[in-house]
Parts: sequence; structure tokens; C-alpha cells
Amino acid sequence: MIRFENVRKTYYIGGEEVKALDGIDLFIGQGEFVAIIGPSGSGKSTLMNIMGCLDTADSGIYELDGQRIEQYSENELARIRNRKIGFIFQNFNLLSKMTAEENVELPLIYQGLSASVRRQRVAEAMALVELTGRGKHKPTELSGGQQQRVAIARALATRPSLLLADEPTGNLDSRTGVEIMALFHRLHQEGNTLVLITHDQKVADQAVRRIKISDGKVEEVT
Amino acid sequence: MVWQCVKMAFKAIVANRMRAFLTMLGIIVGVIALVVLVSLVTSAGDAVTEQVEGLGTDLIRVTITDDGGRPLQLEEVANFTLHEDIGAAAPVNQVAATARFGSERGRATVTGTTPSYAEISGVTMVAGRFLRTTDVDNNTHVAVIAERAAEALFGTTEVIGAPLSLNGRPFTVVGVVEDQESLTNLLMPGHTIYIPYTTAVRMADHLSSAVTTMIVSAADGDMNAAEAAMDEMLLERFRRNPDAFGMFNQALMAEAMDEITNMLTYLLGGVAAISLLVGGIGIMNIMLVSVTERTKEIGVRKAIGAGRWSIMFQFLIEALVICMIGCAIGVALSWGILEVASFLVGDVMDFRISLDVVGVAVAFSLFIGLVFGLYPANKAASKRPIEALRYAG
Ligand SMILES: Nc1ncnc2c1ncn2[C@@H]1O[C@H](COP(=O)(O)OP(=O)(O)OP(=O)(O)O)[C@@H](O)[C@H]1O
Ligand SMILES: [Mg+2]
Repeated sequence: MIRFENVRKTYYIGGEEVKALDGIDLFIGQGEFVAIIGPSGSGKSTLMNIMGCLDTADSGIYELDGQRIEQYSENELARIRNRKIGFIFQNFNLLSKMTAEENVELPLIYQGLSASVRRQRVAEAMALVELTGRGKHKPTELSGGQQQRVAIARALATRPSLLLADEPTGNLDSRTGVEIMALFHRLHQEGNTLVLITHDQKVADQAVRRIKISDGKVEEVT
Repeated sequence: MVWQCVKMAFKAIVANRMRAFLTMLGIIVGVIALVVLVSLVTSAGDAVTEQVEGLGTDLIRVTITDDGGRPLQLEEVANFTLHEDIGAAAPVNQVAATARFGSERGRATVTGTTPSYAEISGVTMVAGRFLRTTDVDNNTHVAVIAERAAEALFGTTEVIGAPLSLNGRPFTVVGVVEDQESLTNLLMPGHTIYIPYTTAVRMADHLSSAVTTMIVSAADGDMNAAEAAMDEMLLERFRRNPDAFGMFNQALMAEAMDEITNMLTYLLGGVAAISLLVGGIGIMNIMLVSVTERTKEIGVRKAIGAGRWSIMFQFLIEALVICMIGCAIGVALSWGILEVASFLVGDVMDFRISLDVVGVAVAFSLFIGLVFGLYPANKAASKRPIEALRYAG
């Protein structure tokens, strides 16, 4: 499903170059549950942004479902992000002026679904993250963990085939963290592809496959 | 999708009520300026045109300004009527006089003329008779007075045969006519009294027997033909000196009025349009600020699948909605202002909102929303998702 070949991404800050990704080769198949683990600043978020079609690599090949990403137009990429990918951001990225429900509904609006279908999907997703009844709250009226779960509900609402989560348990207490992980396991068992980013070894251990990233290079952990 | 964008735009506007209102203010003021000014001018213009057109019989007023040493004689006036396009012609002169009956006195404008005057200017007799040719030939001291004058001086309109003194000269009233709402009458102060042309000439030192003003009617309502005929005959009479005389008729006046109102409409409309334009620039400013402020939001929307067009559309619709709401408020306020203005001026004039200009205002507001919304919307739509997401605002 995902294939990286010698992917590089270099940032230049004040004349100094930072090799965020330094020749990544990676294959993730359909239905896999992968944890990417690495210390802060190792390039995890950069990798995930490229995987999620939010950013593009400087060089190398990224194939999603057998097609190279650079062959898509800007609008096609938006469509892919909308339908194929569920993105859970490290910092949630919820829209603060909208209620939890409206946040979850947003990607469905861009899919052009009818209001009744949207309402049903939103209710399902909210139930999945156990936030039924909190739909009318604004993100600022929710705890960090609840916001995290709204972000997850938003990613799940579109029923994406690839779920990308950047530190989904980073802001949660251990009990909620365990619940979220249980939810991921269930999604995995239902056949979804999951890529999880974490710097927490205990969380990583729960994934089926672990990939370690450091200084922009990946290695398989067995 | 379109409907969703409209809804989102409304939400964004409601979320920033105060700012949206301040943005609208420019459009509101612009629309009010446009609608009120143009409506005022067109209403006033219509009223004046209506009045000019309602002045009754159409006639040509000829003024001799430079006779070149060959003054037009009273006997010559009849010659003009020989032309097939001319109906009748009557010389006119005027004397300001004090009219007196017993102890009752009042200011009057005395018009000296000939019998044709009645036909040309459409005088309606109430009692008695109008001036006769013999009155003019013998410069008799007879007077035809208007109804209002009769009532003011005599307290009744049954005044045939009554004695009347004008500037101390004794006259006998021979006829009473209806007051005319004609332009010339409106401009004349005091009571309206008609006496024979020749008699009037003897009443005032400044009047000579030379005819300087006459009124002419067309043979069968064809004013243009009559005017052309008069022009040709007068040119002939005054050695082809086009500056010797001037002609004037009510159709011409109505036309001139129309032209003035049109000019005023365009002028004021143009000024108001500029203020609308300024309002549009205000919208662009606020939209640009809004786009920067909402960079993160744009990033999130793009990250979860909003395409370029969706974002563009959202911001464009927002600008359009602000413009249209502003326009609606402006039109409503304009209507109110015009109602109040109509109420204040009373019966004199009825200021009605001009639907044409409302249409223009709506179209112009839409246009402005589109033009000034396009740039900020495009700016929003072109943001790269990853950079927009990183924006710390
Ligand atoms: N937009 C950017 N401009 C410049 N440098 C960047 C940018 N984004 C990331 N970097 C650099 O690239 C490297 C990798 O960053 P990245 O965000 O991928 O780390 P990370 O593994 O996600 O860290 P964390 O666990 O703290 O989230 C870092 O050294 C960072 O400074
Ligand atoms: Mg990160």
C-alpha cells in the first residue's frame, strides 16, 4: 500500500542543513499495524506528513496504492486526503470555533455526503470514541484527552483505508491511552491499515510491526 | 457543496459579528448614497417634468431680442398665421399694476394681448367674454380677470360690468377666466388680468407698440413644424440674423429638464458608486486579515480534504454574503430615509425608491464582492496545507 524509495527531505535553517529524512526505504502493506518510534526531532512527523500527502519529499519515490504521489494534481491530493487517509495530528488541529460534532462532520461535508448520512456517521464515530453527548461542546470546553478523541473520531468518520496517528496517546493518561490503543486494535482487526507514531516504547510494543527512526533513517525492529 | 459553503460563510460571519458589521458599513453607506440620491433626483425630476407637461396647451414663446432697427409691428403678427403650419399668434406684453375696486386693492400683473391669446394658451371662460378685435383696435379700457383675482378684489366672480382701476385708470370688467397653472402665470406675481394689447402699450412708458414677445400655436399639434416655420419666417423678417429672436416651448423645456435630471442622476450615481467601491476595498482589507488570521483553519480544512475550490468558494461566498447583507440593509435604510423625506416635504413631492437603482445597487454590490473577494479567496486557496498547519496564530 505504501512504498518509500530513497525518500529525502532536508530543511535549511539559517544556512545549516537539517536532514529530516535521509534516504528512507519502507514498505507498509494493506492491513498492517505499524508503530514508528524514535526520539524527538528524529523526523517522525516529517515522515508522516509525506505519507499523508500533506507534504512532498525533496527526492525519492512515494507510491500510494501503486501510484506515485507526484503524478496527482493538487485537487486529487485533497481528494486522497479526504477519502483514503485519516489523519490524527500530534496537536489535534481541531477548529476551535466549531463544536466537536461539526469538527467530525467537516471531512464528510467535503466528501459531499447528504446531511442524513453525515449525521449517522458522526454519531457512529462519536460513539466509537465514547464521546456521545459531548457533541455540542467546543474543543476549548473539552479536556486534552477528549479533544484527542474528537480528533480520532474525525479521522475515523470518513472510514479511511489508511489511518495515520501522530502521538495519539501522548496527551492522555495511561488509562485513556490504553482505551485508545484498544480502539486501534479493533480497527486493525477490522482490516484497516494503521501507522502510529510514538516515542513511548510501551505503546510501540502493542503494534504488530515496529520501525525505529533516528536521524532521518529507518530500521526494522524485530 | 454550494449550500454548505454558504452555511460556513454565514457561520464565519456570525462568529465575527462586529467585524462583519463594520466591514458592511462601507457597503451600507455606499448603497444608501446610491439609492437615496438617485431616487431623490429621479423623483424630483419626474415631478418637475410632470408639472411642465401638465402646463396645458403646448405653445411656442417667441422673444425678439434685437430687431435691428426694424421693430415688429402689431399688424405683422397676423401675417405669421398665414403659414400653413402656424395655428394662431398673439403678441404679449406685461405691466405691473395696482388693481383697485372700491377700497380693495392688490398687486396685479396685467397682460396686454389680442383675442388669439385665449385660443393659444387655452383660456377657459367662466363668465362674460374674452378680449375682442375691436377692443384692440380701439384700445378700449376693458379687462378680463382671473377667478382668484375676482374673488380677492370683489369677493365674488359675478363681476361683469364692474368698474376696476388699474394704476389709476378706469377699466370695465368684461370677462372672468379660470386661473391657469401655466408656467408663465406661476412666474407672475399678483392677480392675473388681461387687457387689450394697445391699451397696455399706453399704460406704461417702457412699452412701445413694437412687439417683443408673442405666443404661437401649431396648426395641427405639430410643434416641430410650427417651430421650423416660425424660425424661417423670423429669419426672413430679421435679415437672416439668428440672434434677433429666441424661441422656447414647453416640450423643449421638459426635454431640458429630463437632460438635467439624467445628468444629475449619473453624476450623483457616480459619486455614490465611488463610495461603494471604497466599501469594497474595505471588504478586501478585512478579508485579507481574515485569511491570515485563519491560516491554521485553512490548513486543517485542506489536511482533511478541502480542495482548492472549496476554500476559494468559502471565502468568496463570505465576501459576497457580507456584500449582500450590507446591500440589503442599505436598501432597507434607503427606503426608510425616502419615506421620512416624503413625509417631511408633505404633499409637495413623493420620493419613491427607484427600483432601477436598487437593481443597480444589488448588481454593483455583487460585482464588488466578487472582485474584492477574489484576491483574498485565491490567497486562502493557494496556501500549502503543511505550511498553513504550522502557522502559529
Ligand atoms: N518546517 C520545518 N522547518 C525547518 N526544520 C524543520 C521543519 N520541520 C521539521 N524540521 C526539522 O526536521 C527535524 C525532524 O522534525 P520532525 O517534526 O519530523 O520531528 P519528530 O520526530 O516529529 O519530533 P517530535 O517527536 O518532537 O514530534 C527536526 O530537527 C526539525 O527541527
Ligand atoms: Mg512530531
